[in-house]
Amino acid sequence: MSCFHLENVSYRYDKTPVLNGIDLALEPGEILGLFGHNGAGKTTSIKLILGLMQPTHGRVSVLGGHAGDLQVTQHIGYLPENVMFYPQLTGREILSHFARLKNASLHQVPELLEQVGLSDAMDARTKTYSKGMRQRLGLAQALLGKPKLLMLDEPTVGLDPVATADLYYLLCKLRDEGTGIVLCSHVLPGVEPYIDRAAILTEGALQAVGDLAALRQQANMPVTLSLGPVNSVSALEKAIDKASASSGLAIRTDNGRLKVDVQPTEKMALLEAVMASGEVADVSIYQPSLEDIYVHFIGSGGLANRGGSQ
Amino acid sequence: MNSIWTIARKELSDSLRNRWLMAISLVFATLALGIAWFGAAASGQVGYASTPATIASLASLGIFLIPLIALLLAYDAIVGEEEGGTLLLLMTYPLSRSQLLLGKFLGHGLTLALATLIGFGFAGVAIALLVEDVAVASLAIAMFRFIASTVLLGWGFIALAYVVSVRVSEKPVAAGLALAIWFFFVLIFDLMLLGTLVASEGKFNAELLPWLLMLNPTDIYRLLNIVAFDGAAQLSGVLSLGSDLPFGAAGLWLGLVLWFVVPLGGALLLFRNRRI
Repeated sequence: MSCFHLENVSYRYDKTPVLNGIDLALEPGEILGLFGHNGAGKTTSIKLILGLMQPTHGRVSVLGGHAGDLQVTQHIGYLPENVMFYPQLTGREILSHFARLKNASLHQVPELLEQVGLSDAMDARTKTYSKGMRQRLGLAQALLGKPKLLMLDEPTVGLDPVATADLYYLLCKLRDEGTGIVLCSHVLPGVEPYIDRAAILTEGALQAVGDLAALRQQANMPVTLSLGPVNSVSALEKAIDKASASSGLAIRTDNGRLKVDVQPTEKMALLEAVMASGEVADVSIYQPSLEDIYVHFIGSGGLANRGGSQ
Repeated sequence: MNSIWTIARKELSDSLRNRWLMAISLVFATLALGIAWFGAAASGQVGYASTPATIASLASLGIFLIPLIALLLAYDAIVGEEEGGTLLLLMTYPLSRSQLLLGKFLGHGLTLALATLIGFGFAGVAIALLVEDVAVASLAIAMFRFIASTVLLGWGFIALAYVVSVRVSEKPVAAGLALAIWFFFVLIFDLMLLGTLVASEGKFNAELLPWLLMLNPTDIYRLLNIVAFDGAAQLSGVLSLGSDLPFGAAGLWLGLVLWFVVPLGGALLLFRNRRI
């Protein structure tokens, strides 16, 4: 049973198309990163899965049922972006209120608050909470009732580095226990190590989906080799020129090393030839990062194209 | 049902926490006792005048106060949740929109009912105990009728506030519209009615007039509490129109009930169609 399955889903707001023919699924025990510029349709996708809206076309099935059904929402945890909660209530009271609404055991309340590091502040009113503390409370709320599908919109906003690391540790633990997790974030380097698959949205259409290796292959972006010379940079440069099959490789000097951008298919051939020349003392290989891949798929048409940065 | 009660319970404990319940009860009790003791001051004496006069004065005050309190209590019910971001979150819980709104209504309705019962009930008991030779039975009936109709009137305006709250997307707008509702029913409506009567120079169908009063819950409330006494001599202005009602007290009660059921139904319908 998939955590959710979008089949050829389209959504129009009034007459404006927001989503166009999206096909996307999430299996249990998987972390999916959902990326895209502001207005690309991430929030709309999430709202469709939560059953807050109905798609104009296509089918949305969630946890084997229909999105929005009460027995389905029972098993979904959601952390929205920017929740203020009820400022006059304490963290414990708020979490108890939500636990009752979700028919979750009230024993979970102090446990979850401790898990997100709010045990000292749980009896303080949330109007005294910092942004990071509210974010943690939101996270505890999302974890109520041990959800099978967890949707987190910008979960690390306002969290300090240690809390962020704790969060990812927790998410990985939940993933290993079989929870399907959707992670929306603009902090790409932060989420890169933790996601199993990435989905990149632009203008309401899915540009690319897959694990990082597949995305790299699809993007076919050059790999950067950083080579340290045995003798001199110029000797090494000559060796590279001789070794490279295709002429005109982009070679830059950088702190006494050479950086070469090479197509993934030509990487091994070049490396072997350069090694054989005996001019290389050290090699580092830089794969394109999630951020590079993201920019590749989004197209770098300037800020205007990306709807502003965040 | 469980989730309705969970929502109601939070509203109720909110109004305990922010002292709304206590403040309203206190205001009601003070007003009721003040009116009971100084109600006869106009005729040159201090002391309990009579049960009908006291209830009539209380009702006149209630007409201004109850709608205002109800609207203030409820205007941000939905729009407030939306501004805080919790509406979106609540809708992802196993909770339907109707359950949320009904839970709010139960919570706000109970708050108002409790405050009315405590405030005016206390005043009623004080009058029964302290005033000599007051007819306790007729006082109890009048007080019961007064409290019940006050609660219904309050519920009506809570429901009207919800109609606004589910429709707008900003709190200040909701507050403004709530005040406009108050203004219309409490001040404008009777003026308009009188104005129409005078301007039409008697061509207005007289049979229609009592029915027009039914279009305003505050008029129904006033009729219920003042006309109920046989000595209807105190009726003045627009209310004298209601002295020859084609329907009895039961019709008035039904009118008040409809005045909270219909707006509440409307609010539920509007809320269901709202985009989140």
